[in-house]
Amino acid sequence: MVQGIYKILVNQKIANDIYEMILFGDTSAIKNSGQFINIQLDGFYLRRPISICDYDKETITIIYKVVGKGTEKMAELRVGETLDCLIGLGNGFDTSVSGDRPLLIGGGVGIPPLFNLCKKLVEEGKKPTVVLGFNSESDAFYIPQFKELTENVCVATADGSLGVKGFVTAIVEKLEGYTYFYTCGPEGMLKALYDVTTTSGQLSFEERMGCGFGACMGCTCETKYGNKRICKDGPVLVKEEIIW
Amino acid sequence: MVDMKVNLSGIELDNPIIPASGTFNFGEEFNEFYDINILGSFSFKGTTREPRFGNPTPRIAECTQGMINSVGLQNPGIDKVISEELPKLRKFFHKPLVANISGFSIEEYVHCCEKIDKEDQVGIIEVNISCPNVHNGGMAFGVDPKNAYDVTKAVKEVTSKPVYIKLSPNVTDIVSIAKACEDGGADGISMINTLLGMKIDLKTRKPVIANKMGGFSGPAILPVAVRMVYQVYDAVKLPIMGMGGVSTAEDVIEMMLAGATAVQVGAQNLVDPFACKKIIEDLPRVMDKYGINSLSEIIGGAH
Repeated sequence: MVQGIYKILVNQKIANDIYEMILFGDTSAIKNSGQFINIQLDGFYLRRPISICDYDKETITIIYKVVGKGTEKMAELRVGETLDCLIGLGNGFDTSVSGDRPLLIGGGVGIPPLFNLCKKLVEEGKKPTVVLGFNSESDAFYIPQFKELTENVCVATADGSLGVKGFVTAIVEKLEGYTYFYTCGPEGMLKALYDVTTTSGQLSFEERMGCGFGACMGCTCETKYGNKRICKDGPVLVKEEIIW
Repeated sequence: MVDMKVNLSGIELDNPIIPASGTFNFGEEFNEFYDINILGSFSFKGTTREPRFGNPTPRIAECTQGMINSVGLQNPGIDKVISEELPKLRKFFHKPLVANISGFSIEEYVHCCEKIDKEDQVGIIEVNISCPNVHNGGMAFGVDPKNAYDVTKAVKEVTSKPVYIKLSPNVTDIVSIAKACEDGGADGISMINTLLGMKIDLKTRKPVIANKMGGFSGPAILPVAVRMVYQVYDAVKLPIMGMGGVSTAEDVIEMMLAGATAVQVGAQNLVDPFACKKIIEDLPRVMDKYGINSLSEIIGGAH
């Protein structure tokens, strides 16, 4: 993990209250898909932790939803402005255990960290299936981008305006032959997937954080493998260690 | 060349900057960002006799110019701190430490102080009688002069290391508590812990923190801390480790003018992992600006 100044290349609305931001700067501290960055905003005391959607040698893409004053402020930032960020936080996903046919399930703003993961899995010669859940068509984003990576992309919306009507679990229940699963989304979705999935998997969690780098113990949860800080030992936990 | 050295109960510190307990864990995370040997010292995570998970989450809420935490003294317990954390720490931090100790009874404080007394890495014991985040303990000792006196006296009997008592601001008269600690034989005062606060989420109409209340810290509390350090400096002869909202080198000077010999930096470490490094590097410039040659000469200078 490092601290750096990152220049905004893109900050655009891509769905209802959903924004895509591309930052320019040193990304060498990012080691895995599913890690996050922690952004300092003028006028706010704590940083904003946002998961990394995608990255290359000199850019980081994040996708965030405007839910409060901090993210409102982020949406107002202009191209060319700079942000003080802590980069490469958290453990991220481990792709080495995925098998040939991993299943990726994302819900809403839990989807972004799965994008770079999907890219990595494809690069590794695996054939991922992606299930994306949204409330409505107007909330949907990144479906074409996922389709560029893999032909197996299924969409569910709660109101049925796009894809299958209902939750992602309805799709996952009918899927067979996947070798492992990765997921990120609302806690209710994670719990439901924990119950319906038939393989081992990795689940990425969210929690209110103080520092984001393991110092304050603000986001600790209990697991079967001991106490874990969501920001440092997580946000990704393996299915077997989770205590609900 | 300015002189940043201060002497805290016989321990010479290269500078007065000490990250505050609970914001620096056991140093490891910060050592990934910079060599923490540049610090005066640091106060490690509040340690109790038994391991503690702490409070339910959410434990953190953001406020204007500050934050509320309700971690609840999560720590691995004194035995693991001694067998695991201190040996790890020894590899990358080579200065006398401040050992922060908490408890729920006098026996627990005594037990932990007796054990930590044997550790040569520890220079000062900081006894926390002011944690606002645990029930039936911690702060109960910090809001009553008699209890504060009893804890101080009991721990002083089991250690030869300097004992600093960390005080709560959540009292009517902090001076009477500080005096009780002095009477009990304390070597110094550490102040202030967080202010009891609450943040309510307008969407859910409920407190953000699972425990409802928590400790408020950050730049917003600096004036309260400066005022209290000023009052206590007037009333007792003991050295003070001043803290509460310190975020800049200017804040450090202000805290020392109020009466602090050393200055702890807390919440700012969490928003900027380089906070203490930046303050230490900026101090010579600020000292120069205000005509200060030696930091130790300005302690209590506002009186």
